[in-house]
Amino acid sequence: MSTEPPAGESTGLTRRTFVATTVAVGGVVAAGELTAGASAFAAAPATAEPVPSTRVSVTVNGRQLTVTVDNRTSLLDLLREHLGLTGSKKGCNAGACGACTVLVDGRRVNGCLTLAVRLESAEVTTIEGVANGDRLHPLQQAFIDRDAFQCGYCTPGQIMSGLGCLREGHTGSAEEIREWMSGNLCRCGCYVKIVRAVEQAARWK
Amino acid sequence: MYPFSYTRASDLRTALRAGADGGRYVAGGTTLVDLMRETVERPGTLVDISGLPLREVTATKGGGLRIGALMRMAEIAAHPTVRALYPVISQALELSASAQLRNMATIGGNVMQRPRCTYFRDVTAACNRREPGTGCGAREGFNRTHAILGTSEQCVATHPSDVAVAFAALEATVHLLGPAGERTVAFADFLLRPGSTPQREQDLRPGELITAVEIPAQPRPLRSGYLKVRDRQSYEFALTSAAVALHVRAGVIRSAKVAAGGVGTVPWKLSAVEQRLIGARPSEALWAQAAEVAAEGAHPLAHNGFKVELLKRTVERQLRVVGGTR
Repeated sequence: MSTEPPAGESTGLTRRTFVATTVAVGGVVAAGELTAGASAFAAAPATAEPVPSTRVSVTVNGRQLTVTVDNRTSLLDLLREHLGLTGSKKGCNAGACGACTVLVDGRRVNGCLTLAVRLESAEVTTIEGVANGDRLHPLQQAFIDRDAFQCGYCTPGQIMSGLGCLREGHTGSAEEIREWMSGNLCRCGCYVKIVRAVEQAARWK
Repeated sequence: MYPFSYTRASDLRTALRAGADGGRYVAGGTTLVDLMRETVERPGTLVDISGLPLREVTATKGGGLRIGALMRMAEIAAHPTVRALYPVISQALELSASAQLRNMATIGGNVMQRPRCTYFRDVTAACNRREPGTGCGAREGFNRTHAILGTSEQCVATHPSDVAVAFAALEATVHLLGPAGERTVAFADFLLRPGSTPQREQDLRPGELITAVEIPAQPRPLRSGYLKVRDRQSYEFALTSAAVALHVRAGVIRSAKVAAGGVGTVPWKLSAVEQRLIGARPSEALWAQAAEVAAEGAHPLAHNGFKVELLKRTVERQLRVVGGTR
């Protein structure tokens, strides 16, 4: 039984550098086209079959991009590996931890289970798009005020999920916040303070 | 993950054509993408059906409901009509997965969920469902969370859905559309017990698509609710669960709909419990007496014997909550 998936899903340093360069060139990028995925990898052997890829236009933190993605690329990998937005974290890569939480069309979702190819015309907001310039979002400030993290790995996902929770109006009590934030795990165990941070932001609202 | 081609269906006809050509439908993708990454699923083509017009909840005559297959779990749970008519459905949904996953997953996909059995998800383990004839790693393995009802020599995995338990209790029907046209299947017949063909999980013909789940009208007033018992308080699959809907008139239970989750290879309708309830007067003694037969026919494995007693207690407690004698 073959258990090894073919190469191509993970990305090496070379491609990351390549893409970073492309992004840098295109402060632009709004109009330009960015190619992401195995088919764009210059070092790929010439004989390799082209990997099924699709062109998709998506808005990330207010910036419109057109990218050609290997169909297997998750939204999380698009953000981290191709757009250099490494705030969203890869914890479990299976929809079980919430570290990759971002907003798609205003709804919180798991970036790891979202295929980038399915995001035509979608609006994505990541942790990088939450602050207004140097001014933190009240929920970001609340995480600092309430000391709601230790290692910080889950924090971007917690904050994006918290934004969803606030928007959905599930902040009526600490119990309600706990239940509606349960899709985000924190291995440092900062749950009590995370709940307080969301409560503080809900009051600010 | 293996490479796959991708196509977006703009209308039902395009979707069905792509499905008939062997394409795999994807809606929310929360199960499918996860299993593709584990290489348990290896579709050659994904047909994205999320743009199809199957996203409405309609109240039908007499207080039934028709739920479009592409409604997201979060949308259904929050829908005022669903909350008013069938708390058991909104509760089952809100006790499922996480807020993020409920924002993605659709009701059609929820019903189509594949097992959460670790042996099924691990491509190096034996699993008759994933690879018929390789054996069942769970039968003699770690089977604490596995099924005690509806199992076969071939497979002991539970069906993971909560809302499907509510659908089973309420005797829902599944509306299907395929190359040969429309048809309707009773929910109880739609999800298949593993038997000797565990790889066949639904009564679904090639290229068929779920268009809606329909809840038949129930006698009113109806009280209903869902109880889920699990290893952690939230964001976890059921060890046991109970969906209960009762219609009481003049002090007598006229209609009782009860099903259990976390215990069966499919959502488990508890007809024996229902029979003990119908025609009786609600009382503490009645709930216990009815729940006593909840685990009839159970075949526990080495590590899940506790589910027999837990199931009875889960059912008894939820009968008490919905029946309102305390």
